[in-house]
Amino acid sequence: MIAWTIYLTFAGALVVLLAPPVASRWIALLAAGSGLVVSLIGFFQPANFGLFRTLIDVPWVPTLGMHYHLASDGISLTMCLVTAITACSAVLFSWDVVRRPNEFFFWLLLVVAGSFGVFLSADLFLFFVFYELVIVPKYFLIAIWGSTNKEYGAMKLTLYSFLGGALVFIGILAAYVSAGRTGIAASLDLQQLIHFHFPLQLQSWAFPILFLGFAVLAGIWPFHTWAPTGHVAAPTAGSMLLAGIVMKLGAYGALRVALNIFPEGFQVWRNWIAVLAVIGIVYAAAVALRQRDLKFVIGYSSVSHMGFVLLGLATANLTGVSGAVLQMFSHGVIGALLFAVAGRMIYPRTHTRDLDALSTMHLSRSLPFAAFAFVIASAASMGIPGFSGFAAEITILIGAWKAYPLAVWITGAGMVLVAAFTLRALKKSFFSDDAATTSSTIPQRIESETVLEPITAAEKCGAALLIFATFAAGIYPKFLFDRIMPAVQAMSFLK
Amino acid sequence: MNYFDLVKLAAPEIAVVVTALIVLAIGLTSGRRSGSPGVSPGRPVRAQTVAPNRTAQTFCTLAAALGLLVSIGLVFSLPAKANLLGGMLVVTPLNSLFKIICLALAFFTVLLAQANSSLRHTGEYLAMLLLATVGLLLLVGSEELLMIFVGLELTGLSLYVMAGFDKTDIRSAEAGLKYFLFGSTASAFTLFGLSLLYGMSGTTGLGAIAQKVSAGPASPLLAVGIVMTLVGFAFKIAAAPFHLWAPDAYQGAPVSSAAFIASGSKVASFFVLGKIVLIGFGPLAGSAAWHGMAAGWTPVLAALAAFSILLGNLVALAQKNVRRLLAYSAVAHAGYTLLGLIAGGRDGFSATLFYTTIYAVTLVGAFAIVAIVRRETGNDDITNFSGLSSRSPLLAASMGIFMLSLAGLPPLVGFFGKFYLFSAAFRSGADEGLAWLVALALFGSLISLYYYLVVLKVIFVDEAARVTVPIRPEWLQKFTVAVLAAIVLILGVIPAALVSHIATALP
Repeated sequence: MIAWTIYLTFAGALVVLLAPPVASRWIALLAAGSGLVVSLIGFFQPANFGLFRTLIDVPWVPTLGMHYHLASDGISLTMCLVTAITACSAVLFSWDVVRRPNEFFFWLLLVVAGSFGVFLSADLFLFFVFYELVIVPKYFLIAIWGSTNKEYGAMKLTLYSFLGGALVFIGILAAYVSAGRTGIAASLDLQQLIHFHFPLQLQSWAFPILFLGFAVLAGIWPFHTWAPTGHVAAPTAGSMLLAGIVMKLGAYGALRVALNIFPEGFQVWRNWIAVLAVIGIVYAAAVALRQRDLKFVIGYSSVSHMGFVLLGLATANLTGVSGAVLQMFSHGVIGALLFAVAGRMIYPRTHTRDLDALSTMHLSRSLPFAAFAFVIASAASMGIPGFSGFAAEITILIGAWKAYPLAVWITGAGMVLVAAFTLRALKKSFFSDDAATTSSTIPQRIESETVLEPITAAEKCGAALLIFATFAAGIYPKFLFDRIMPAVQAMSFLK
Repeated sequence: MNYFDLVKLAAPEIAVVVTALIVLAIGLTSGRRSGSPGVSPGRPVRAQTVAPNRTAQTFCTLAAALGLLVSIGLVFSLPAKANLLGGMLVVTPLNSLFKIICLALAFFTVLLAQANSSLRHTGEYLAMLLLATVGLLLLVGSEELLMIFVGLELTGLSLYVMAGFDKTDIRSAEAGLKYFLFGSTASAFTLFGLSLLYGMSGTTGLGAIAQKVSAGPASPLLAVGIVMTLVGFAFKIAAAPFHLWAPDAYQGAPVSSAAFIASGSKVASFFVLGKIVLIGFGPLAGSAAWHGMAAGWTPVLAALAAFSILLGNLVALAQKNVRRLLAYSAVAHAGYTLLGLIAGGRDGFSATLFYTTIYAVTLVGAFAIVAIVRRETGNDDITNFSGLSSRSPLLAASMGIFMLSLAGLPPLVGFFGKFYLFSAAFRSGADEGLAWLVALALFGSLISLYYYLVVLKVIFVDEAARVTVPIRPEWLQKFTVAVLAAIVLILGVIPAALVSHIATALP
């Protein structure tokens, strides 16, 4: 059933390409919406979530042991759900794309379809096909419909993704060849490779390559620099997909593939992962504090939040890893919401993202809904209880406490920084009283209030979807944990 | 030997030769009467001013295409296994498969040449193309040094003429001359190498050479012979540092000639090179592993591959002309393709064959688009492609497919080809000894993604610099491009369709 997310989205992409331009957004919404329905059904259908259950398995290239093999467990279902939610709202937030809309929604749906594919693949070759499939659409989305420095941002992001892909490729080859040589006949099946015991010597060099390849896409420090530039250059829907889905592909790949097939290599290297993750959390938060462009603030906050995911993975215990998966869900929703507000609600109306310029505009009065959405997203991003960010990060920190007590202290300090830059961005963009204190800017204020067009219904729907998701996950995370924990428990790398 | 057997087994070649003669006759009887004006020296005559005889051109194209199709049909009727004249004409499933591939590539090149209105004397051009195809068939179907050399020369001589065929363009003459000078030197090397091999082993059959070679210790003279032979082939496949002819030939020659040089000739050369090194020199492989290089032909090929990958990709970065860019990328791709031969074995050979085939298909498609753009905009610099996506969505999408396939991105066939090739190289040897080459090749792919994306950026992102008149290619050209793009896409999704054929055909 859940496999239909892939097919429906691909079909939607093809139909969009051939349909008349006026209909393209409706078709895209239909495709994304049906993906959401399917993934909701899959998510709530009772099943054994700990089992990586095969959905379909047919030979693809028999001579090389490649199969078209899809499977799902609780983690896949969770990731599919966040992909579908983000995709739906991304379509809603690009309701006003008028320039070459067919191509825009084609590339957008291709990213989404590829991501569904990654989350459901159980064959390494298939996994890698979907993983690499996502690269090119990102390039075109940014280079054609992007803004600030778009060609540079697009190329940088694409080359980083491809570099990560090349490292992943070496890691996959190492597993494929080593397993094919000594044991089972040439196979790329994830389940078989997990049960295959690779020699420690191979694991200790292949794991870091494989993990690093995935981590580049997850924005690990110091390979994170593509993320802020890419996010800023991308169109709103592109930033939403990048922050909401694409960075999760890296983290998911690290968890599903790297940690599972090279568990001993992971044990050798996990301290280093934790170190890089903590540096990433604190460093990105500190950098975000000094940014003037609202989108750059959010871009660096994404890097910081993804640092939590990596820290959670590095703990190698049930709590930490489950928290990491929840954080993937949570940041997918929150990051998308933040970018939606900054990129779609504010920028087209004010034509600036500079925090100082925004602070003179009194946006909280002229755009109350945007202010409301941004407050929610900021609160969730800071980790205020009741939102998904809190549930995820507290779980990760509990897990980390068992493994790296020192890291928790440093991360705690990092969270203060996160709160600081989030509040700074929030205050400067919406609730600044600069304009009120100086009388000279009052006419300008009135003018700006009259010019700004109201938030459209499509934007409200998209924002409402994301806000509901972060609330729901924050108030009742048990729903997610019920699915995530059995799946994590079934993984063999836990200490 | 029975002449009837010879006719039966050589039927595809005979069909192509007969077609060449027919095409030549059609061209002779219809082309000359209009009195084509001579080229005034110094001032190139624009092609449009000389109206070529369209009917004759159409007839020639039809006859050539039909002849090639008949020849493909005749290949299917060959017996599964036969060996004539001590290896001069060998029929195996693998040879038949590659005869079909070469014929199909020639078929698409004929369709491509039809679009090129600057070629007067279509009959003669197509006849040369068909003769080159006969050379390819002889190359593919032989396991004997003498016949291989005859095939190489027949192909080479026809291609030299084809490269210099456009008399209205001085670049074409330059391309022809350069290709001829480098090519004849390389032939001399090959012939010298082959003669040394013959002197050492006393036989020209590949299988017999292998037995002789494995019997005794490797002598220095034998090493010279092997290296000389490899140099000749390195020229054919445009591996660095023997690639110097490629950029000028690709850029200057008529587009269809360049396409055939880059596709058909390359497929056959890789096929024969693979047979020579894996069958003939098999016992002298040596090792190209990072730790424990051992003398043999693999280190030589590994050096060629590494140098090609680095040089091809780095120099391609600086190119402003699409055909030159494709030429340098061809150098890099020759490097990737060599990886399979270095890996050796059934797996490596089949990966090389798969990759070179799909590469040829992709390149013919890319050149078809270059031909159309060149005709519409006057040149084929990267800037000439600007705004192609709004001028002709079909061409733009197809070019996107070809470029991304060359870069090795899914779901296109180039991705699978690279996966196959690199996994074969990674697997060979004791402990991932060729990992250094694989890493280098991946690094090369990363660089290549940049310049392919630059081309695509111009096509999809930039608006057309000047006029935005839609390009409306003729239906035949549209059809050719669309079919080739569909092949690249479909083989990418279902690679088993070709892989299983090659794998089962391999002995």
